[in-house]
Amino acid sequence: MNVIETLEFEGPIASLLKEIDALDLLPATDARDREVASLRRRLDSTRADLYATLTPWQRVQVARHPSRPGLEEFIRVLFSGFVELHGDRRFADDHALMTGFADYNGQPVLLVGHVKGGDTKEKIYRNFGYARPEGYRKALRAMRLAEKFGRPIIVFVDTPAAYPGIESEERGVAEAIAVNIRDMMLLDTPVIVVVSGEGGSGGALGIAVGDRVLMQEFAIYSVIPPEGCAAILWRHSNKKVEAASALKLTAPDLLKVGIIDEIIPEPVGGAHADPDTATRLVDEALQRALADVSAVDAAARLKARYDKFRNIGRLGREFVDEGNEVPSGSSLPLRDRSNAELPRRTPRTERSLKGQPPRQ
Amino acid sequence: MAWFKKTRKPIAATKEKSSRVPEGLWLKCPGCAQVIYNKDLSTNLNVCPKCVHHFRIGAAERLRTLFDAEWTEHDVDLASTDPLEFTDTKPYKARLQASRAATGLKDAIIVGTGGIEGICTVVAAMEYDFIGGSMGVVVGEKITRAIERALDLRCPLVIVCCSGGARMMEGALSLMQMAKICGALAHFDKARLPYISVLTDPTTGGVTASFAMLGDLNIAEPMALIGFAGPRVIEQTIRQKLPEGFQRSEFLLEKGMIDFIIDRREMKAAIARALRFMGARATLPAPAPASPAVEPELSHLAIESSRQ
Ligand SMILES: [Zn+2]
Repeated sequence: MNVIETLEFEGPIASLLKEIDALDLLPATDARDREVASLRRRLDSTRADLYATLTPWQRVQVARHPSRPGLEEFIRVLFSGFVELHGDRRFADDHALMTGFADYNGQPVLLVGHVKGGDTKEKIYRNFGYARPEGYRKALRAMRLAEKFGRPIIVFVDTPAAYPGIESEERGVAEAIAVNIRDMMLLDTPVIVVVSGEGGSGGALGIAVGDRVLMQEFAIYSVIPPEGCAAILWRHSNKKVEAASALKLTAPDLLKVGIIDEIIPEPVGGAHADPDTATRLVDEALQRALADVSAVDAAARLKARYDKFRNIGRLGREFVDEGNEVPSGSSLPLRDRSNAELPRRTPRTERSLKGQPPRQ
Repeated sequence: MAWFKKTRKPIAATKEKSSRVPEGLWLKCPGCAQVIYNKDLSTNLNVCPKCVHHFRIGAAERLRTLFDAEWTEHDVDLASTDPLEFTDTKPYKARLQASRAATGLKDAIIVGTGGIEGICTVVAAMEYDFIGGSMGVVVGEKITRAIERALDLRCPLVIVCCSGGARMMEGALSLMQMAKICGALAHFDKARLPYISVLTDPTTGGVTASFAMLGDLNIAEPMALIGFAGPRVIEQTIRQKLPEGFQRSEFLLEKGMIDFIIDRREMKAAIARALRFMGARATLPAPAPASPAVEPELSHLAIESSRQ
């Protein structure tokens, strides 16, 4: 019996699963078992082939898979004694963003993360993972609690975006996100972030400033959903496939530019195909990251956290100083450039301007 | 994701509904529909003398309205490398080239240090005509350097926001500029130095959800569009039309999100006054006494427009 929903590009997987299901209904014989075993081998190799060459848009679909393990699954498997903390003490309790404390390998930690919900009823209750301002304020309140008592914070990111609705704007969702980003930078306790599904722009970043940002292999992290980008830049949301490629939102792309620190591998076929293995792999990476970060003294940890974000977008790579420029065509990486003897034009980083008086 | 399905016009096509002053001797004000003499408008800081409609102004013009006289511009030549090699209907490189040609700038921001009523201040002003004032790596870097510079000089910081948000063509790198800037602001805040965020039309998206909302004071020009999600995205989510005045300065004031709304012609004086409250002192030569261009009764206009 296969209950996993298959994605449109998983056609070959779906038909093999169907064949296996059909054989499972027949009386058990050696011949049948051999046939099932051979189908399973084909299933594994088909999955491996398919997932070795996923396109960015296919990764978006995997990241959004309804059976993908999320915060609740991680809490159930990796943490014990979870106690949920509700409410922002200001307005309400947001259901799309969950906070609480639990034990992780015997160590008390604070958990923060988005929840999208499983069935339709739950999805509505969780607002499909679109958090409102009170969610971000609750998260900061809980993180302050962890800071006060010296407990590490573990964040799981999985949201399409912050909720784009009237009440979000009225209650200052932008301000809530901005304050979180600023204050998380100085939170005096280890913070490990795991992007486990959709890293949906500001809605994700509002809880995603940490000492380590880990990302599951088929998760995505983007400035805008591909559909939104396609609608604005291509005029058609059906250009989402092109937009997904252009946005460079995959884990390998983000690792290259230093936005994430590490990719957590997923089982062949994605986390939804084998949640137990996926969760175990998250556990391994999490333990390692937490141990590494906790070993560093507070001042060094905070400096490293700051530097990590400060250095996103580097001179010579993502931008240049044309007043002090290296010859075009040079493709030296940044580290080599800073030491290299290269012809330089006179630096022109500053200039004086005569301001005209505003009114004559 | 139903709210994405609607077909929209590309950025370039919808951009010019804005209230930028058109060429020519005369123009019709979108606020009061009266005909204004162009020169009257420019001597009035591009505020309609009849109805106080604030026309959008560029970054250089903005700095002229704030600084006493000369200023030093920083990081003039920082430019994007098109790190994602992004192409939609047009290559991003071509969009950059077109914006550079149109504005004479290398990206969507100018940063300068100069005097505001004699107070040495670092001011960053965003340029809407450069890809919608959007924030990519260069804007993020220049704002971060502006904060670091103000921290070094121990002088106040003013950022004038005018932006559609994070720049899509630099992907998650643009998103991360929010964290980079907010991190620098965290240290600036700890150093107890004043930061005033000036919100002008429009201030949306990742700019609002980062430095725009983190001023010691967040102040706005009248009737500016200020929000996180764009009005069209919200309309598509809730499937109804938004109420009149939603996400305008006056709405934000009412909801408790900004400190006050101020007429552009009084902006400089208001900023200087706030900076003095926050402990800043004039250290630069006092500016030449300005002609009293702001007539006394105009003080009431800012208050009136905020009541609408
Ligand atoms: Zn008018």
